Amino acid sequence: MMNILVCIKQVPDMESRFKVNAAGNWYEDTDLAWRMNEYDEYAVEQAVQLKEQVGAAELTVLCIGPERVKETMKKALAMGADKGMHILDPDSHQRDPMTIAAVIADYVRQHNFDLIFTGMQSQDRGSAQVGVLVAEMLGIPSLTTLVEFSYADGTISAKRELEGGSRALVSCNTPALVTCQLGLNKPRYPTLPNIMKAKKKELLTAPLADFSPPELQQQTVAVFLPEKRGGGLILEGDPAELAEQLLKIIKDKTTVLA
Amino acid sequence: MKILLVGEYREGKTLGTCAELIEFASRMGGEAAMFLVGSKNTLPNFSGNLYLADSAGVGEFNPDGHKKLLLEVIAKEQPQLVVFPHSSYGWDLAPRIALVLKAAQVSEVVDLTEDTLIVPSCNSKLRRQVKVKTALTVVTLQAGAFTPQDQASATPHIIELAGAEPGTINFSGYEAAAAGGVDLSKAKVIVSAGRGIGKPENLSMIDALAKALNGEYAASRPVVDADWAEHSRQVGTTGQTVAPKLYIACGISGAIQHLAGMKKSEFVIAINTDKDAPIGEVADVLAVADLKQLVPLLTERITSG
Repeated sequence: MMNILVCIKQVPDMESRFKVNAAGNWYEDTDLAWRMNEYDEYAVEQAVQLKEQVGAAELTVLCIGPERVKETMKKALAMGADKGMHILDPDSHQRDPMTIAAVIADYVRQHNFDLIFTGMQSQDRGSAQVGVLVAEMLGIPSLTTLVEFSYADGTISAKRELEGGSRALVSCNTPALVTCQLGLNKPRYPTLPNIMKAKKKELLTAPLADFSPPELQQQTVAVFLPEKRGGGLILEGDPAELAEQLLKIIKDKTTVLA
Repeated sequence: MKILLVGEYREGKTLGTCAELIEFASRMGGEAAMFLVGSKNTLPNFSGNLYLADSAGVGEFNPDGHKKLLLEVIAKEQPQLVVFPHSSYGWDLAPRIALVLKAAQVSEVVDLTEDTLIVPSCNSKLRRQVKVKTALTVVTLQAGAFTPQDQASATPHIIELAGAEPGTINFSGYEAAAAGGVDLSKAKVIVSAGRGIGKPENLSMIDALAKALNGEYAASRPVVDADWAEHSRQVGTTGQTVAPKLYIACGISGAIQHLAGMKKSEFVIAINTDKDAPIGEVADVLAVADLKQLVPLLTERITSG
């Protein structure tokens, strides 16, 4: 039986209009639409594909956060994960990558996973650290930024994405951890029957304190909106009038229609 | 302050990010040394001590080996700050070092104050100011955030490092980006489609506007990942870098990786329903509108003169 873990995070829709919270240390989390971190969708899809490939496998989805993250976990269950482990932490937004990684590593030590999938980073925090830290804490190899993944007989063969569009061909043996880049696969949309089935799947919750979180190494002292650079012109209004204005701007400011 | 810079080398070249590390060090005003798994044939333009391991022996990609060598140098240099580029090399190696050293790692630094580091959040819609509590700090720098000034030509003082053993990760070479396709770098006008096009059929209206302007159509990453456009049309860090006379970004939010590929465009028009989209940071004009309405109207106005 292959034991597979996928770690996911719930993040706000990035198209949201963000406001700084009252404490001034993160975004205001009311009035936001929540979804699965996009990188993690690729991680869940790859984990489900692996489970389908090997047959005898169990896939657990892990998520740290407040009560609301269960909604996002249900999507992973509807995509094909077998069960969920929710580590309840209303203050997860104030944890640093080392703390999050230590909590995940503590959970993993109790369960002996053969393969762990994570996104290569989160869309809101973007540290790109947690996956690698978990693997290093566990003393297992990690392959990062994958855009291709295959598995056979205890060996992972993969391609890492590099700047400029080339790829590095890498491999390692399990147990291992991989971090997933956008475009790794085509994440499936949960079907209605699978959404219904997911409601009956096991979804356990345990408090963060159960996983011996270490002390913070770093702290957010302020969050602010970036200064608007330059004096870009903003046009709003009726599309037909906008088209007219844009044509004039293209004629006046560029030579492409000359 | 003592700073150790971790240079980046790939496929026989010392990468341009090394100059950004050096710029960062000079802004910090510290004493800097550099670590590089590279080659004597292509040295960074740096005047300090360069701890150099030969990539022919160590392997260009060998996280365990690079980690071991780098930890040896850190033990010798005793820096307070270890600096990586925020790149496929840096974000892979930095956490491996940070854990061993019990150092806080702050990723994708774009700016700094006297005692804090500033990083982007939420697709650059927010900035986060971070204070570190550990004695040693590891940072990765966002590409382009510390653009080098004209640096006087310099030669480093080389301290050679012995080779490392192979680790748990095998690296068997590189696969080049798919050859052929479109050379966007020659296009005078580029009309680029982002996630906002919604479905692949809408790419035809982007193409029609590009044709009306005698240009080429391009795409941002999500459109290429979904197989709606071929990779040769992707603009950004992992695609092509372009500098047309006119760049029209349609439904593109403006992730840093995309901006890096198009910010040298002479004139940028963005069409987006999200007035706060980061593409607005580099756009000369932001038309707040649904591209599916505006793009066909604009094409029609251009073709009718």
